[in-house]
Parts: sequence; C-alpha cells; structure tokens
Amino acid sequence: MSLFRSRWLSPLALLFLWEALSRFGLIPAHVLAAPSTVLVTLAQMVRSGELPHNLLISFGRVSSGLAVGVAVGIGAGLLAGLSRQGEALVDPVMQIKRTIPVVALAPLFIIWFGIGETPKVALIAFATLFPVYLNLYNGIRGVDKRLVDAALSFGLNRWQLIVHVILPGALPSLLVGLRYALTVAIVMLVIAEQINASAGLGFLVNNARDFMRTDIIVVCLMVYALLGLSVDFLIRIIENRALAWRPKLVEA
Amino acid sequence: MTVTLAFPRAAHGKPLVSLRGFTRRFGDNVILDNLDLDIAPGEIVALLGHSGSGKTTLLRTLANLDNIDGQDVTIPGARAVVFQDARLLPWKRVWKNVVLGLKGRGLRAKAEEALAEVGLSHRIDAWPLTLSGGEAQRTALARALVRQPELLLLDEPFAALDALTRLKMHALVLKLWRVHRPAILLVTHDVDEAMALADRVLVLAKGHIVAEERIEAERGQRTATVRDLRARLLGHLGVDAHASSYADLVAGPPVSYAEAAE
Repeated sequence: MSLFRSRWLSPLALLFLWEALSRFGLIPAHVLAAPSTVLVTLAQMVRSGELPHNLLISFGRVSSGLAVGVAVGIGAGLLAGLSRQGEALVDPVMQIKRTIPVVALAPLFIIWFGIGETPKVALIAFATLFPVYLNLYNGIRGVDKRLVDAALSFGLNRWQLIVHVILPGALPSLLVGLRYALTVAIVMLVIAEQINASAGLGFLVNNARDFMRTDIIVVCLMVYALLGLSVDFLIRIIENRALAWRPKLVEA
Repeated sequence: MTVTLAFPRAAHGKPLVSLRGFTRRFGDNVILDNLDLDIAPGEIVALLGHSGSGKTTLLRTLANLDNIDGQDVTIPGARAVVFQDARLLPWKRVWKNVVLGLKGRGLRAKAEEALAEVGLSHRIDAWPLTLSGGEAQRTALARALVRQPELLLLDEPFAALDALTRLKMHALVLKLWRVHRPAILLVTHDVDEAMALADRVLVLAKGHIVAEERIEAERGQRTATVRDLRARLLGHLGVDAHASSYADLVAGPPVSYAEAAE
C-alpha cells in the first residue's frame, strides 16, 4: 500500500480538510482563506505584477543585506583566523556583538538610518555577519595542523599555504555559516519589513492584515517558504560543486 | 652506554646532512641532546627508537619544519617528506597533490611521470579520500619524487599499512632509490624494515644515539648476517630477544617489556 506510505498523503489530506471546512463555512474567510481562494489570489497577484514587484524589492533587501553581512563576516573571519593580532583585535568585538539580539537594535537603527531601506538592509547585514564570521574563524583554526606541516615541508610560502591549504580546509565550515546566514537573512527580512515598509512582501502582509485579506497573507507565507527552500537549494548546489572531494558526495 | 659514531666513509665525500652538537629542548625537557649525525649522499639511514625518543623531532629538524635557531645544521635544499599518514590535501585531485607548490608549465606531465613510477597512473584524477592506504602512500611517494629530492625523509611511512602492502612498498622504495639515489632517512619502529632497507641503522633513545650499526651485506643477501644484528637492535630498544626471528620471538623466553612499553 504505497499510497499510505507516501509522505504526500498527510499534507494533502490536511489541504482537503481545510478546503472542505472553508466551503462548509466552518472556517470563515476572514479567519483563514480557502486554499482555492489563495490560489486564485496568487494568480491575480502574479498577473497584476503586484507580487513580482514586491518580491523583487524584498529580494533586493535580502541580497544587499547578505552581501554586506557576508562580506564583513568573511573579512573579519579571515582577519581573526589568519593572524593572532587580528584575532585579538576582532574576536572580542564579535563576541560582544553576539550577546546583543539583533532585533533589539531595530529602534536604534531607525533613529540612525530613518525608516527607509537602510535600516532594513542594516538589520539583515548585522544579523548575517556573525554566523559567517564564527564558522569561518573556527574553520580556519580547525584546519588540520598535519596538512599545514606537510605543505610547509614542501616549501609552500604563506600565501600558497593560505590559498591551497587553509582556505579550502575552512570552506566546509564557511558553507555551514553561509547556510545559517541565509536562513537568518529571511527571518530578519520578515522582521525588518514589519517595521515600516511601503513596498515588499512585508508591506503586502501588513496591508492585507488591515483589510483582513487572509488569502494575501497566506500567499506571502508561501512565498517566504519558497524563498527559504530556494536558498537551501542554492547552498546545496554550491556545496556539491565546492565540496565534490568529500567521500559521501564522491560515492553518491 | 656510549657509542662512538663512525661517520660515513671518506669515499662518500662531503656529507649531505650534518648535525653537530644538536640540542633541542622544550622548556626543561631535553628532546635531543648534543646529537651528531651525518648522512652521505645516496645513503639509506634507518632511525629506530620508541615514541618519545626524539625521532620525530629529529625528522622535523631535517625537514626544516622547526626553527633551528643558529645551530650547526647542514641540510640540502631539495628535501621531501613522506609522513605516516599520507597527508594529501583531500580537496585536490591526486595529480594536483603530487605537484603541490611547484610552479611552471607541464605540471600535469610531471605528475603523470611520477605517478607512473609508483604505479598509480590510473588514479591521476582521483580524489585522495577515495584512495586505499597503500595508494595514498604511493601518491605521497610520487609527491616526494617529483621534487627530485637529495634527501628523502620517511616518517614511519609504512606503519599504518597492512603487512602485504608494506612488503610491496618496501620493494617500491628500493626500486625508486636505485633509480633516483636520494639519501633516505627512514624513521621506523620496525627492526626488520630497518635491516632490509638501510645501509646504516641508528638507535635513538632519550635524545641520544645509543647505537649505530652499519650493514655491509648487500640488500637481498642479508639473511645470514642479520640474525645477530636483529637481537642487538632489539636489545638496544629494550626488548631482550633471544630468538632470531619474529616467528619465535613472542613465544620464546619472557620478553622484557619494561622499556619496550610505549
């Protein structure tokens, strides 16, 4: 009975139940829209360009926030990982930064940067910086000392050592950090767009809330989920390419 | 025990490696104590000793991995090390590991040549983590060979291999040595390995060279002469061995493990 073993079964059943309860009026539309309504709304929003337009704006925020956060995280991680002075300089600051919940900084960011794009991008950047930093730093420090010795015995200079041994050795950790950063970025996007947005997915959600359009809210939830999935997919592709040497992947 | 070291015969000319009064300490802990060592070009020297006897420190010194801070040390520029764990970079394919750190054109051809010599041509594009232990060590040998070393440092390179693979590796090392003639310092626990490969066997204990044995017999014709040598070397290592072959060693009269224990 493969039908009952299928992992699709329970989500589909839930969906049908939801649809049925909506049709019989047991779930009013202002509480939760029926799946069929959600699909129709989705189609309308895509056709009118409302969804693509706002999605693109949100995507831009995540991308710029990530670009800044990942770049700073990588820079700080390299600095702290590759030199003792760098570590003494950077690590204490990063550890202090870690103790402050990024969301709690939102009021300060609004005072500093206003309510435009900057505080949103800054929040995402600030939140994604740490996982990248920490994982890269630990990855560099965790590189097998024996491999470093072997490379030195073959006369590699410091630069060659970093390029051929230390960075490739730290790459798996960096990718873990990156994966975490991407997840955090989407969470921060949701939070940042609740602050005050005149466009973007969060704006759509806020607007829909005011008009009790649960169908639009559900559409946006779906888009958030899809964003998360595609981010995961992206990282998987990067990992498969960059870490092709790992035996698990080699054998697969 | 004091042993006067006979330095390599004058016929060898100037030694390739030369340590005079070499001392290495970590804090109050003296690892190598006033050590003299010469290795002639093309000579195979085996270094026996327990863990903690200073073997690894000596090897690191000869590999120029440790700071020798102004001591009287001569080592050739063309060196290569083969470690017990092959220490291949897992993220580089076999041939890139072989030519690691080399510059210039035709690197792949160089790697091909070296890999052919160790019988690994078919694994040239393999990922190191897919190699067997013996293949990894042969890659490490190729990586050493490709640098045309005057001094080849072997740090217990066969210790982690199974007995049959080890046998093949010994034969391979001798074959390569006959072609390229590097001086070899072989660090090992294995008395038989030392006697089969070396021109000279040194025993290191507590930072001193406590014994030196030169094996005059040709490789391949040593069975008769190594009987006593084996017992002597084991004696220096603290194993009171009366039997002359391993077949009877462990079952024979009680072996003293007092010092042999590591």
